Amino acid sequence: MPVNNSVRSYCLGIESTADDFGVAIVSFEGKVLSNANDTYMPKEGGIHPREAARHHAEVAEKVLAEAFEKAAIKPRDISLVAFSQGPGLGPCLRTGATAARALASYLDVPLVGVNHCVGHIEIGKLATGATDPVTLYVSGGNTIVSAFEAGRYRIFGETLDIAMGNCLDVFARAVGLKQRSGAPFGAVVEELARKGENFVSLPYTVKGMDLSFSGLLTAAVQAFQSKKGSLEDVCFSLQEVAFSMLTEVTERALAHTEKPEVLLTGGVAANRKLQSMLEVIAEEHDARFCVVPRGLAADNGAMIAWTGILAYKSGISTPIEKSYVNVKWRLEEVYAPWVEG
Amino acid sequence: MLIKKGAEASLFLETWHNRKVIMKRRLPKKYRIPELDMMIRSQRTVHEPNLIHKAKEAGVPTPTIFMVDVAEANIIMEFVEGKQVKEVLDAVSSEERLSLSSLIGRMIGRLHKHGIIHGDLTTSNMILTPHGKVVFVDFGLSERSVELEPKGVDLHLMKRALHSTHHKHAKECFKAVMKGYAEAVGKEEAKKVTAKILEIEKRGRYVAER
Repeated sequence: MPVNNSVRSYCLGIESTADDFGVAIVSFEGKVLSNANDTYMPKEGGIHPREAARHHAEVAEKVLAEAFEKAAIKPRDISLVAFSQGPGLGPCLRTGATAARALASYLDVPLVGVNHCVGHIEIGKLATGATDPVTLYVSGGNTIVSAFEAGRYRIFGETLDIAMGNCLDVFARAVGLKQRSGAPFGAVVEELARKGENFVSLPYTVKGMDLSFSGLLTAAVQAFQSKKGSLEDVCFSLQEVAFSMLTEVTERALAHTEKPEVLLTGGVAANRKLQSMLEVIAEEHDARFCVVPRGLAADNGAMIAWTGILAYKSGISTPIEKSYVNVKWRLEEVYAPWVEG
Repeated sequence: MLIKKGAEASLFLETWHNRKVIMKRRLPKKYRIPELDMMIRSQRTVHEPNLIHKAKEAGVPTPTIFMVDVAEANIIMEFVEGKQVKEVLDAVSSEERLSLSSLIGRMIGRLHKHGIIHGDLTTSNMILTPHGKVVFVDFGLSERSVELEPKGVDLHLMKRALHSTHHKHAKECFKAVMKGYAEAVGKEEAKKVTAKILEIEKRGRYVAER
């Protein structure tokens, strides 16, 4: 099938890596027509993969219908289906992939499997106009400092254990905070941190451009339990230490690569404190600071649809027989011929 | 004169008692709160000259330290003539590249053998002198340890740096690094560290062979 670049080309993107089931419709020119989503909310504890997958299957029809309704187009107007192929939770990914395969065969349009991490970077670039940034991608499942070199997004630094968002989530649950709809744990911690006044010393662990959060998490929980500070103080200190670590490694990557931009993306990108810290280092290195807009920060279908479009336009598609999910698909394994550099 | 603005310190090329020196200044970071900032800066300023000295004892070339000012977080040290390995590694012949990598491995081996973990092994932190010596700089993130884990992380970082900055030759270079490393620490120890590196990589996120 020839690549169709006409105004009427639309891609439907399905995201189902973890707790979010998202469907978006994006035009080939990069206009997000709709970006529907439904988030699985566990009654207690973290994400149970099987339960999350069940949630996705249950809401799929509703979220798909919502995406079409908001975009005001018909299924027949879709010329490409993209889906999040990995990395992520197997059962969740498989649910999204199944929906994508079914849609692509029913509509008789090509299918593109998209790397979730690339999706976060590409949507950040689309939304901010960044072209060649050092990217700090921070979410519940990932913490990666990356920049494009020779065909791929190379990983300059990453967490050696748990992800930044995961650290905040587990901390919040351990100290008894409650998640609210529309306000992830990170937002709850951020709110409390603003009221913190006293700094409680916590371990700061940076190894080159890599980071470790597990010791910090344990120490923060213990600091709260042993009453070294109020909950607000510990939230404040946890954010200060963790975000200083993130900022230091991002600055190190920036100094090393001398890229012209810093891009902050992923769910934790919505945190204002982190934004303000990264802005400082971008300015010091004469780089432009770009942050993904709040609506596109957390996992969403638009980032999958847009990355699918980029890949498809450069000749990449995924035949159904090769569309199995890849739960451990590393960012730097993805060949990205659509990026110039 | 500012010659390099790094992530945690700025390097100034200065003249000090008629000598060309590097002044390493850990300037306050505006993004950090003062308590954390002062702690990190002074800790690293005390630590770095200490470890640089230990590295010399281990037989690894490092710059000479002339002065340390903890309150201001400044270190004055020798200016090392030469080129960053970062600039050289991809440019030289294949033979030179491998012997340089092996030399680097031997030096890392000497550090580890003496309980010194560099903490930031990248090719920007190694200077190749006109005499063919490799001088290790930037010990700001270094630590003392004889345990396997930090040694593994140290070399994992080296591998990462090779893959991100010298991807064309990363594999052969790292192999040569490990060969040189084994020469310094012995085959047995090198085997253990290699196994540790693999373990660390598998601990990372989304590694296919986990």
